[in-house]
Amino acid sequence: MRSITQFGNNLYTGERSLPFVAKRKLWFGIAIAIILICAVGTLLRGGFAFGIEFTGGTEIRVVGIQTEGAVAETEPAEEILTEELGTTTDFIVSALGQDGLRIESASVDNAQTQSIVDRLADVYGVSSGDIASSQIGPSWGADVSRQALLALITFVLLAAIVMAIYFRTWKMSLAALIALVFDGVVTAGIYGAVGFEVTPAALIGFLTILSYSLYDTVVVFDKIRENTAPGSAGTYYENINLAINQTLIRSINTSVVGLLPVGAIFFIGSYLLGAGTLRDISLALLIGMFVGTWSTIFIAAPAYAQLRKGETIAEEAKRKQERGAVV
Amino acid sequence: MGKKRARVGRALIWLFVIGALLAGVNQYSVHQGQGSWAPQLALDLEGGTQIMLAPLTEEGAQVSTEQLNQAVGIIRQRVNASGISEAEVTTQGGQNIVVSIPGVPDDATRERLQASAQMEFRPVLTVQPAGDGQQSPETELPDDGELLDEDGNPIDLEELLSEDPEGEGTEGEGTEGEEPGSAVMNATDTEPSDEPTDEGETPTGDPESTEEPAEEQEPTDGSDTAWITEELAEEFMAFTCDQVDRSVPLPSDRAVVTCSTDGTMKYILGPVEVWGADISNADVGQASTPQGVPTGEWAVNLEFNSNGTAGFRGVTERITNLEEPRNQFAVVLDNTVLIAPASNAVITNGQAQITGNFSQEGAQTLADQLKFGALPIGFQVQSEETISPRLGESQLQAGLIAGLIGLLLVVVYSLFQYRALGLVTVLSLLIAAALTYLVITFLSSTQGYRLSLAGVTGLMVAIGITADSFIVYFERIRDELRDGKTLINAVDSGWKRALRTIVASDVISLLAAVVLYMLAVGNVQGFAFTLGVTTVIDLVIVALFTHPVVQLLARTKFFGGGHPLSGLDPHALGAVYRGRAKFRQPVESGKQSRSGKEAVRRQTIAERKLAATKERDS
Repeated sequence: MRSITQFGNNLYTGERSLPFVAKRKLWFGIAIAIILICAVGTLLRGGFAFGIEFTGGTEIRVVGIQTEGAVAETEPAEEILTEELGTTTDFIVSALGQDGLRIESASVDNAQTQSIVDRLADVYGVSSGDIASSQIGPSWGADVSRQALLALITFVLLAAIVMAIYFRTWKMSLAALIALVFDGVVTAGIYGAVGFEVTPAALIGFLTILSYSLYDTVVVFDKIRENTAPGSAGTYYENINLAINQTLIRSINTSVVGLLPVGAIFFIGSYLLGAGTLRDISLALLIGMFVGTWSTIFIAAPAYAQLRKGETIAEEAKRKQERGAVV
Repeated sequence: MGKKRARVGRALIWLFVIGALLAGVNQYSVHQGQGSWAPQLALDLEGGTQIMLAPLTEEGAQVSTEQLNQAVGIIRQRVNASGISEAEVTTQGGQNIVVSIPGVPDDATRERLQASAQMEFRPVLTVQPAGDGQQSPETELPDDGELLDEDGNPIDLEELLSEDPEGEGTEGEGTEGEEPGSAVMNATDTEPSDEPTDEGETPTGDPESTEEPAEEQEPTDGSDTAWITEELAEEFMAFTCDQVDRSVPLPSDRAVVTCSTDGTMKYILGPVEVWGADISNADVGQASTPQGVPTGEWAVNLEFNSNGTAGFRGVTERITNLEEPRNQFAVVLDNTVLIAPASNAVITNGQAQITGNFSQEGAQTLADQLKFGALPIGFQVQSEETISPRLGESQLQAGLIAGLIGLLLVVVYSLFQYRALGLVTVLSLLIAAALTYLVITFLSSTQGYRLSLAGVTGLMVAIGITADSFIVYFERIRDELRDGKTLINAVDSGWKRALRTIVASDVISLLAAVVLYMLAVGNVQGFAFTLGVTTVIDLVIVALFTHPVVQLLARTKFFGGGHPLSGLDPHALGAVYRGRAKFRQPVESGKQSRSGKEAVRRQTIAERKLAATKERDS
C-alpha cells in the first residue's frame, strides 16, 4: 500500500515517469508482433472453431448424473449415438462440469432427438426432463454474425463521432479507434490461435470488450485533454506521457476491479457448468479487458502522441482560435 | 457550509425518493396481482423451450418490419389458440420471431407454428355469435377496443354511403347494425350497381334454415346456401372457436366453418373468391360521400390488381343485394375472419373502401393487415432450444455464486487500496446493487422483462464499470490532495473533474448498450439491457450517493485530519503542510534535479515565483 501510494505520488508529480510516449515505436512493434502471432496461429489451426450455433446441428445436455465424485462417463452416450446415427464421426461427447454431459452432433430430426434423449435418460438414470436439447439451423449463426457486425459498425461510427465532438479533435477519435482495432484483432486472434469455441455468447463478450476498451480509453484521454488544454505549457509528448502516468494507478485499479468479478464468473462457470453462456462470455471478457487496458496505455495514447507529432499546444490553440474567428 | 450541507442532504433525499418510488410502483403492481418482488426469469434460467422462427415469403423476398409485426401477430394467435399459457412471442433483430414456451412443445404445436399464413376473401353464408367460453385468450383484433361493446359484440356501425345502392333488403339490417361484423364496403368511385345479380330467392343465412336446402343440390355460386350441407350445418352448430385449426390452410374450393379472429363470432363461409395476393395496396384515408365530401371518419382504402378487380367485381355484383348476412364478404387471415364488411355497392374498378367507426389507429392496423398480410408468409424454425428446469437452476446458482465471489474480491481489493474510503466503495456498490434489483423487478413486473443468464453476466460485468467510477473519483481527490489542497476543497474540485470523465466514459458505455440492444439478436439483448441499466444507475449512485457521502466524510476528523487509515492521508500522498490547513507538493525537495521538467511545469505561476524567491534567498 505504502509503496503503491508512493509510486502513485511519483507518477503524479512526474518525479517518476514511464516512457510510454518516448518508446512508442517499441510498443507499436510489440503490437504488430502480437497481431502477426495471432494471425499465423489462427491460420495454422485452420481458422476459427465455430460452435454449433454457427454451423448448425443438435446439442444435447444431460445434467444431474449420479457419478459419486468422478466425472460422468462418456462411453454409454457414445454407444447410443453411434447406434442412432449410424456413424462414429458426426458427434462429440464431452463432460460438462462434475455431473453432466454435452453432446454435439450434426442436425438430427425431432423424433430421433427424442429417442436419443429417452435412451440417455435410461442409461444415465436421470429423468428426461433433466436433458436439454437445442436444434439450430445453419442460417441462425449467419444471422447472428450479420447483426453483430452491423451493431459493431454502428457502434464504432457513433462512438467515433461522440468522441470527436467531446474531445474537439478527430485525432483522439482516430487514436482510440486504432487501439480498438488492435483489441478486436487480438481477442479474435487469441480465440483463433488457441481454438476456443466461437459461440453467440462469445460474440456478446467480444462486442462488450470493444465498448469496455473505448470506455477505458476515454478515461485516460480525458486526462490528456485536461493536461493539453489550451494554456498548458510544454509539448504534446510531455503532457500525454504525464497523463498516462498520472492515470496509471487508476488504470491498474480499474482493470483489477473489473477482472475480479469476470474471473470469478469464468472459474465458477467452467467448474460448475462447463461450456455455456457464462464461460463463453467471461472468457472473452477476461481476454478483452486485459487487452483493452493494455491498448489504451500502449497504443491509444502513444498513437495520439504520434498524430500530434511536432505540434505544440500553443500553436494548436492559436490555430483553433483562428479557425473560430473565420467561422 | 450550511448551504453545502443542505445540498448533500438533498442528494441523499433524491436517492431515497428514487428508490422509494421504484419500490412503491412495484409494490402497487404486486398488490394488483401482476408483479412480484422477484424478477421473472428467462428460459435459460427457468427452463422451457425457445423456438426461433424466420418468416419466409414465397418469393424469398426480404421481410419488411411491417410484415414481421404482422407475422408476430399471427404467431401469437396461433400460440394462444393452442392453449399454451405464459407463452411469449417477440421479435429479435428485426428479422426473427422468438417463441418462448414453458416446458416442451408437442409436435402439433410445432407444426402449427410453422404453417404458412395466407389471406383470402370469402363470401359469408351464415354467421352466429360463438358460444361462451370459447374465447381465445387474447384477442388480436386491433380495433376491438373501439368496435366491441361490453358483451364482446361489435357495436353499431354507421353506413356512410349516402346514396343507397340499388336493390332491396340489405339496407335496413346493414345500417341498423344489430348484426355483428357490420362494417361496410363501398366503392370509392361509386358506380351504382346496374344489374345486381340477385340470388335473393335462396333462403337466408339464418342458422335455423341451414338444414333446409336439399343435399343433392349443386351450389351455383359462392353465395349459394346449397354449400351448407347437413354435415356442415351440424359441424357449424357444434363448432367452438377453440377448434379453429391453423396448421392447414382452409380448403379453398368449398364452404368452411371458422371463427372471427377475436373468437366472438362463428361463420360458414363460401369458397375463396379473391386471394389476398391480389391486393395491390391498402391504406388509410378519410371516408367521403360519393360526391367527394369528406365525412370525417376513418376508412381503409383497398386496391386490387386486375385479377382481383375482376374477382371482386363478380362477387360484389352478386352479393350487394343479398340479404344480411350473405351480403357480407369475409376477409380471412390465417384461417380466421379478420373483418366481414357488408357490400354496399358493386365495385368495378378494383378500388373499395371499408368503413365502420374506425379510430385512426384501428384503420391503420387493418390497412396494414390487408397490405402486409396479403403475401403468404411461411415460417421456418431457425433454432430450437430446450433447457431443463434443473439446468436453468444450476446456471442461476452458478451466476449468483460467481457474483458474490466477485463482489467479495472487489471489496477486499478496495479496502486494501483505499482503506476506510474503500468502505464508501463497498456501500456504494451495495446501494447500486439494491437499486439495480429494484429496477429489474420493476421492469419485470410492469414491462414483462425477463432476466436471462446473459443478463446476469451483464450485471457482474457492471460491478467493474461501476467501481471504476469510484476509482476515477478517488484518484482525482488524491491528485488534488497532492496539489496541496485541503480535503474539503480537494473533494469539490476533484469531483468536478471526475464527473466530466465519468459522464464521458459512461456515455460511450451506454451507447454500446443501446446499439447492441437495438441491433442484436439472441442473448445479446438481455446482456445489453442490464449493461445499459447499470450504467445509468452508476451515474445516479456516484452523483447522489458516493459524492455526497465523501463530502460528509471530508468534514469528519478521521478523514479531514488525514488519518493514515482514511486512505486520504496527505502526507502519504506526498503533499506538504504549508500552514492554514494547506498542503503543497514537495517540488523543491532535493530530488528536484531528477524529477525532470514535468514536475517543474506542474507548478503554478505563484509556486514558480515562490521557488524563484527561495532560490534567490538561499
